[in-house]
Amino acid sequence: MEKNKIIICPYEEVTMADIHKCLEMGFTTVEDIKRLTRVGMGPCQGRDCIHIVVDEISKFNHIKKSDIELMHIRPNLANIPLKALMEHKK
Amino acid sequence: MKKVMIIGAGISGLFAAFNLSKEKDLDITVIDKGYFLNGATGRNGAGIRMQWSSKLNCLLSKYSVEFFENGEEHLKYKDSIEFKQKGYLLLSNDEEEHQQFIKNIKLQNSLGIPSKLLTKDEVKKLVPIIDETKFYSAAFCHKDGHLNPFKVSEALFLACKENGVKFHFYEELEDVKIQTNKVSKVITSKATYEVDYLIGTAGSFTKELGVLMNIDIPVYPEKHEILATMPVSKMIEPMIMSFSKNFYIQQVPHGPLIMGEGGNHHSTHSQDSSIEFLESISSKVLNILPTLGDVKVQRQWAGSYDMSPDRNPIISKTKIENFIVACGFSGRGFMIAPATGVLIRDLLLNQESSIEGINLEDLSINRFEQRTNEVELSFV
Repeated sequence: MEKNKIIICPYEEVTMADIHKCLEMGFTTVEDIKRLTRVGMGPCQGRDCIHIVVDEISKFNHIKKSDIELMHIRPNLANIPLKALMEHKK
Repeated sequence: MKKVMIIGAGISGLFAAFNLSKEKDLDITVIDKGYFLNGATGRNGAGIRMQWSSKLNCLLSKYSVEFFENGEEHLKYKDSIEFKQKGYLLLSNDEEEHQQFIKNIKLQNSLGIPSKLLTKDEVKKLVPIIDETKFYSAAFCHKDGHLNPFKVSEALFLACKENGVKFHFYEELEDVKIQTNKVSKVITSKATYEVDYLIGTAGSFTKELGVLMNIDIPVYPEKHEILATMPVSKMIEPMIMSFSKNFYIQQVPHGPLIMGEGGNHHSTHSQDSSIEFLESISSKVLNILPTLGDVKVQRQWAGSYDMSPDRNPIISKTKIENFIVACGFSGRGFMIAPATGVLIRDLLLNQESSIEGINLEDLSINRFEQRTNEVELSFV
């Protein structure tokens, strides 16, 4: 299958071709690839997609998956409405 | 070949490298202690504006907006840097702030920046979901807007590589060797380099870089927090901002709302997120945009402003002859980086500022000893 038809993140519209473009530019960490493609920035915050990125980094650079650092996990773990946060303040 | 080393691959370092890479006989290396865009460039609010209270900032930002308007062409970038000029809407809270707006607009207009006051009806037309009873008056500049920090940085990185610039990530500066008042060697976590010029564009970490050379660089890091919501349908076109209420909100092209507020004025390199920020920003935003209550927060993060004493940038030579610094941007390093890059080049080549109206003396680190610059008032 063509790399630009393999969807890694449907929300941020990131394809396998986007991931490989970063690897070919010389970026080899999850944090780099996240910023260049927005993978991991969507509603799942990386839970559904980052393992694929790790796989690709591992294959491209011949490094063990366990040696690849995952990305920093940002709050929030669930999506919270603004009004709930405002009311919590009161 | 003269060897140039740039410390920090954020937006200022990238624009410095880009401008210098067009000069002959310079061998340029950029090092960064972390991943690409780990610092303030990858954490900023992605806004670009020309509405400032000081002439210096107006001119630096006007030059930069004109660069970004043709950014893809300047950088030979095949993708888009996503410069969306839908304006900045600044809200005042009382008569005093309104009078300052009038003063600012007069200055901005005299420099060719098309800002103006808007009536409440005009504001309502521009942002239908705004509660017009919750602010006093409004200023607007339609040429201000949003720019994607990741895209423009990628474009710069590729253009620099094309011009022969070398980049080393995850490489940290450890020491410098000084000989006859010049930096001769740079020692990093990975190698030792001989250098002819050293350029410090490390944001608030530039202070620590100065310490290695016994130079007091008067900047400190101030933590600022931001959140991004889930993508929603188009609701807000301009960036909306209030200096006195200390917040801003914009909707980025692919849908999420981005909002943030200023920090506590104490020095910290912390980039931790807080629940207090979420509560505070939600209250401020829902006060003025009450229909956004059901929009969900997707992620939050923090980053550092590198604050200078007069809230104006330091782009300057130092007492170490071949060491140039660019820092102290006080929250606008991203917006004015095209100007920063050109001025760093001018300093390195020992020439006058090539930006009309800008005197390099006004950006010099020596200004803090000699006199006081006009303090910039318009920031969050």
